[in-house]
Amino acid sequence: MKIELTVNGVARTLELPPLLRLLDVLRGPLGLTGTKEGCGEGECGTCAVLLDGEPVNACLVPIGQCDGRAVVTVEGLAVDGAPGALGRAMAEHGGAQCGICTPGMMISAEALLVARPAPSAGEVRHALGGTLCRCTGYERIVDSVLRAAAERRGAGEVGP
Amino acid sequence: MSSSEVRREHVGRSVGRVDGAAKVTGRALYVDDLPARPGELHGAAVRSPVARGLLRSIELDPAFDWSDVTVVRAEDVPDNVVALLVDDQPVLARTRVNHAYEPVVLLACADRGKLERAVAAVRLELEPEPAVLELEAALAAETVISGPDNVQSRYLITKGAADVEAEDRVAASRAAIERALAGCEVVVSGRYSCHHQEHLYLEPNGMVAWWDADGLHATGSIQCPYYVQKGLCRGLRLPAERVHVTQAVTGGGFGGKEEYPTMLALHAALLAQKSGRPVRMVYGRREDIEATTKRHPAVCEVTTGCDRDGTLRVLSLRALYDAGAYVTLTPVVLSRGVLHAGGVYAWRDARIEGLSLATNTPPSGAFRGFGAPQTLWAIERHVDRVARELGRDPAELKRQNLLRVGDSTPTGQVLRGSVGLAECVTAALEASGYRDKRAAPPRVVGRKARGIGCSVVLHGAGFTGSGERRLQGKVAVDLRPGGRLCIRTASTDIGQGTETVFAQIVADAAGVGLADVDFATPCTTHVPDSGPTVASRTVMVVGSIVERAAQKVAARVRAEQAAAGGSFAAAGDRLLAREGAVSALEQYEPPGWVAWDDARYKGDAYPAFAFACDVAEVEVDLDTFEVRVVGFWCAADVGRAVNPVMCKGQLEGGALQAIGWALTEEVVWRDGRILNPRLTNYIVPTALDAPPFETFLVEAPFEHGPGGGAKGIGELPMDGGAPAVAAAIEHATGLVLDGLPLTPERLLAASLARGEVKP
Ligand code: FES
Ligand code: FES
Repeated sequence: MKIELTVNGVARTLELPPLLRLLDVLRGPLGLTGTKEGCGEGECGTCAVLLDGEPVNACLVPIGQCDGRAVVTVEGLAVDGAPGALGRAMAEHGGAQCGICTPGMMISAEALLVARPAPSAGEVRHALGGTLCRCTGYERIVDSVLRAAAERRGAGEVGP
Repeated sequence: MSSSEVRREHVGRSVGRVDGAAKVTGRALYVDDLPARPGELHGAAVRSPVARGLLRSIELDPAFDWSDVTVVRAEDVPDNVVALLVDDQPVLARTRVNHAYEPVVLLACADRGKLERAVAAVRLELEPEPAVLELEAALAAETVISGPDNVQSRYLITKGAADVEAEDRVAASRAAIERALAGCEVVVSGRYSCHHQEHLYLEPNGMVAWWDADGLHATGSIQCPYYVQKGLCRGLRLPAERVHVTQAVTGGGFGGKEEYPTMLALHAALLAQKSGRPVRMVYGRREDIEATTKRHPAVCEVTTGCDRDGTLRVLSLRALYDAGAYVTLTPVVLSRGVLHAGGVYAWRDARIEGLSLATNTPPSGAFRGFGAPQTLWAIERHVDRVARELGRDPAELKRQNLLRVGDSTPTGQVLRGSVGLAECVTAALEASGYRDKRAAPPRVVGRKARGIGCSVVLHGAGFTGSGERRLQGKVAVDLRPGGRLCIRTASTDIGQGTETVFAQIVADAAGVGLADVDFATPCTTHVPDSGPTVASRTVMVVGSIVERAAQKVAARVRAEQAAAGGSFAAAGDRLLAREGAVSALEQYEPPGWVAWDDARYKGDAYPAFAFACDVAEVEVDLDTFEVRVVGFWCAADVGRAVNPVMCKGQLEGGALQAIGWALTEEVVWRDGRILNPRLTNYIVPTALDAPPFETFLVEAPFEHGPGGGAKGIGELPMDGGAPAVAAAIEHATGLVLDGLPLTPERLLAASLARGEVKP
């Protein structure tokens, strides 16, 4: 099947069996290994990407569903390859330890911050509720997201 | 340079992760992100479906096309042993299987889909035998699977009245401790059990192996490159210089990537050898949960004696640990268990006995805490019970009996300093409002009851007793062009922040900027053996020699600067031009006073202990018996926090693992197989389940710790969570639970037993 989509703002045309998982297409032919696989069955959220701005678990999405749509991965949250406000906050305030959940966390957080630039801690926990982290206890992730939100409000930065 | 001259510009500050940018932009390459090597195959294991049995034959379905599938069996393994403490575990089962999921055959194929079908096309003909699946059954020894009585290792610690000289120390010390107990005003007994726990690092185990002219290469998600190298040398009969083991960026370990990756590396290497192609093996979640190690289940029987005023005097404790089917690291885990069994209390007389028993479950293994959470669960729950008997508040009873400088532990180790216990207790109790919340009756709103409870724990840093002396951990710091310093160590960063914290230590020790410090990729070919990344030893033990090595290299550059001027970078470059290489290799030597008697289990078990007081506040649904932790306070004596934010992150992440272990994480077994090997039914806490954490750092510096006194804290937070939660549930509901996990089913059962709820 011919699939046309944009990935991190770049238009791509792929010829692939429609049932391939979006996760495998990202990590394989598209070479975007920032998106991780923690369970392969929609439970851990480490594979989260934005599909038309909504967070989805890429391990559950067949590539055939992505025709004509826009996908953003963790690589797409960087600004010229460098961390944006959210990434910097995660790296500097304890939001990332081993880092394997970080791409999924950042995607969920990004979706939240676009919708609600000034979320409460409770809202952050809800938004991140579908992404597991085994390292941090979540406290510093919540803190990082709140700091990023504040910085983005101050800087007037909007998401990609 | 004396420590007073060291300027501390980086240590003590919460600098950001040096590997942070790579991790938040998706650039960091974990093992499964590494590009496929030319001709690479995927590998898989065919595993035993039964817990115990004789392997009669292995049949490859003749209807299947095996032409492009590599098959490895036990007879293909040059030396069929996974080299750990004892040579009992095969790389592949040959004549019998001793646990479900034991690997029997290995397969490799370029096509992943075909590989899966090939696994299904292998038939194992097994003749099942009676299996031992529980500690009690192992102890009863009606079926014997190991030695004469299933007992696999044993320790005895005696102190005071129990410390008797006799032919049969086990019996004589038992009689002696009973006499001591008989002399006490208040004697209390209890039995405390705890269960398996899955590590659930979010990145499953994974390894890529290939062969070339230099020999064998294995790159993977690992904690201990030199463990893997040792295992590969043994299993493949290779000299160390032909085996090159490299750590990829690692997505969590918690002990689960301590000994297990040796097995996985052997599998990948054998397939790569036979196929002549690179082989990648990355476990799916299910295989990772089923096949890899878990925390040891344990049962502790405890009897204590105290004065009516609450002064604890006599401790008698017997701990039984379920080792699983092979020895792996169990004796060391059990050792740490018995060494922590006295908890934070000053016992006059103590007898602590530990036994590990073989069962036909997958081998239990290293898991953050390494044996200590089991005995600390027991002793903390037990002291709560003593408080109940005495009508005292448990926190106050604990505070009354805390170890102080000059007191001695059950091994007779006199605490010389760095004991911030009382400060921890005060800080956590005050911040949590423990006293007020406890003084009032538990708050019941609607069907929810709130309660609060506390635990006080300790954790020894570094290898036990003589371990560090035997280990001789080494690191190197090299001078590089431009005045840069490069740390070469086998201590890996698995998320805990080694790279950052070591860079902070080096920057201060050498008087350079953080950006001038590099961290070499841990590869056995390029970094010295620093000992394994385990036992809360990375910062305190390895960090101390990193500091020394950096001081030595910097001193050489400064001497050059003093002699011929110029900047640090210019002087460094002159030295390099003159000498080719400038480097300092340092080897760890424990403080001279550390004395340990392995035969009698006496002396200085650890150069230093970290301490913590945890307070948990819970809300119990009185209809469903679901428990929510609504607040968690931890005050920890870390010696010196090199990076306070990262230090708190360790404490909080560990506490949440402990809360998960206490409440929801349960491995459900049937016939030795796991019924819930998935994230849908093995439940780890989410951001919504996790309480807000308030964490306080107490700093009672350890004189030999780096950065002005840091102690190891990686495992400490795993120790106190479960007993604090159980105490809080008891406060909220009056239900006394002595067995983990504290699931709604168990709360209901306890409530039924109390006759409150109609069946
Ligand atoms: S890998 Fe997609 S949710 Fe776990
Ligand atoms: S940082 Fe390791 S799983 Fe979240």
